[in-house]
Amino acid sequence: MAEVKKIATRDSYGKALASLGAAKDNLVVLDADLAGATKTATFQKVFPQRHFDCGIAEANMICVAAGLSTTGLVPFASSFAMFAAGRAFEQIRNSIGYPHLNVKIGATHGGISVGEDGASHQCCEDFALMRSIPDMIVMSPADDVEARAMVNAAYEHVGPVYMRFGRAAVPVIHKEGFDFQIGKGEVLRDGTDVVIIANGLMVYEAMVAAEELAKDGISAMVINMATIKPLDDDLVLAAAKKCGKVITCEEHSVIGGLGEAVCAVLSEMLPTPVKRIGVNDEFGHSGPAATLLKQFGLSAEHIIEVAKSF
Amino acid sequence: MTNTEKNQLQRTACKIRMGIIEATHGAKAGHPGGSLSAADMFTYLYFKEMNVDPSNPKWEDRDRFVLSKGHTAPGLYAALANRGFFPVEDLPTLRHIDSYLQGHPNMNTVPGVDMSTGSLGQGISVAAGMALGLKHQGKTARVYTLLGDGEIQEGQVWEACMLAVHYKLDNFVVIVDNNGLQIDGAVDKVMSPYPIVDKLTAFGFHAEHIDGHNFDQIEAAMEKAKTVKGKPAAIVMKTVKGKNVSFMENNAGWHGKAPNDVEYEQAMNELKTILARLEG
Repeated sequence: MAEVKKIATRDSYGKALASLGAAKDNLVVLDADLAGATKTATFQKVFPQRHFDCGIAEANMICVAAGLSTTGLVPFASSFAMFAAGRAFEQIRNSIGYPHLNVKIGATHGGISVGEDGASHQCCEDFALMRSIPDMIVMSPADDVEARAMVNAAYEHVGPVYMRFGRAAVPVIHKEGFDFQIGKGEVLRDGTDVVIIANGLMVYEAMVAAEELAKDGISAMVINMATIKPLDDDLVLAAAKKCGKVITCEEHSVIGGLGEAVCAVLSEMLPTPVKRIGVNDEFGHSGPAATLLKQFGLSAEHIIEVAKSF
Repeated sequence: MTNTEKNQLQRTACKIRMGIIEATHGAKAGHPGGSLSAADMFTYLYFKEMNVDPSNPKWEDRDRFVLSKGHTAPGLYAALANRGFFPVEDLPTLRHIDSYLQGHPNMNTVPGVDMSTGSLGQGISVAAGMALGLKHQGKTARVYTLLGDGEIQEGQVWEACMLAVHYKLDNFVVIVDNNGLQIDGAVDKVMSPYPIVDKLTAFGFHAEHIDGHNFDQIEAAMEKAKTVKGKPAAIVMKTVKGKNVSFMENNAGWHGKAPNDVEYEQAMNELKTILARLEG
């Protein structure tokens, strides 16, 4: 593949908030002393009166966001995925999910590509936690363009939304103006032998893998499944029917994320062999993001290996 | 307030206490003790203090109330029903299958409930968010929240207090029902939250003690709260758990237990006697 521009989706999140904030007066942003890292500082610079730092108190921040939403504001509450989905899980469940309040959670630093901070900050459980809450929308964009479109879609959607963004810069694969729809998967490459269903930074890896596999005569379909919940069941079923083999790829535990969501649909509707690529029920550790991703098998090379032995 | 007005509030409080007994007896479960201790405050909020409209529960300029100690839903429901948000006759359907009167407050099923609560420590944060949102939008509506004295053992409560002071939420009143008892016993034996007023003051609140069964003191504290600028107000009210039902008073066993038929009769008779005296 040709060299492509790389942008971290957390940067996209901050830019999208600032841009959308200019058009929407009722958009407010909350952070928990991580505005520089989550990039909500980009919004804060332009709209300081609409940015509420809650200090290092994520549980409180989530409930404050819930309260703000009842007054007609549309809050985007931000922290690292570990502390938003993890620490504040029960607050999200009881004070946002159960009353079905219009709060958007923008979680950055998802997955092991957090890198050097190590396991305490590498959240590989957020999809699982958030998927378990009724009516919660759970999404993770593949690149900058999709991340920004996702923020706009989340604002327009009335109800709770969880979005996971990444710390590390990832290749931009979409063209500007890409039409993002919540709950719709995107076929990036057609194929007939195996379908690779990925999200987040694994989408680019899946594209690289598919190109390599083609050289060896394996025709791989690639689907970007940015919305994990509600899952695009129809697309999963159609792709599984066409290819007969499914590989799921995510920067998340193999427990409870995209892989299990795909397996759930297929096992009930169209039993199809599936290989799940993800973090295999273990904690990460410190190191450069690129090295960690390779070490944990979150790479095009590993996808190729799995596809060839499938 | 005038004696006539006070008498009217006392009568209403008595009817709300009857509603609590009706609801928990009908449910064969629920939390009468902490509902009864806060009944006078529920009465004052919904019949004197708050600007609300039972015919338009979601009116955007209304004052808001968040029952952070959500388990005392029977008290909130009885107040809302008596205020005209829904029929008093529905109270005994509390906790029944398919009833809109869920065991803990549900803002999407119960008219007049401003926030779904039940998980302790969260309501005060949500209420602070409401106050912040209203203030941010230049609205004059006020936000009230009621917490249990056991509830303030939750660390999140103090996160919310920090935020309320930091953002100078002078449209926000935090009320602590200091009935002294929680499920496992006396609050100072289980995990002492004392001194409560000193803690709130140290956080930056205007905080004061009152007798939570004295309408003059409730009124004075609420009126004082309105004059406090640049910081939130806190009212720590000393109350009697199970107030006005003799066998429930000061008894932790009545935290989360419903009266049986015999106990129901006795409780209702005691309350009817009080009401007759007030009407006499």
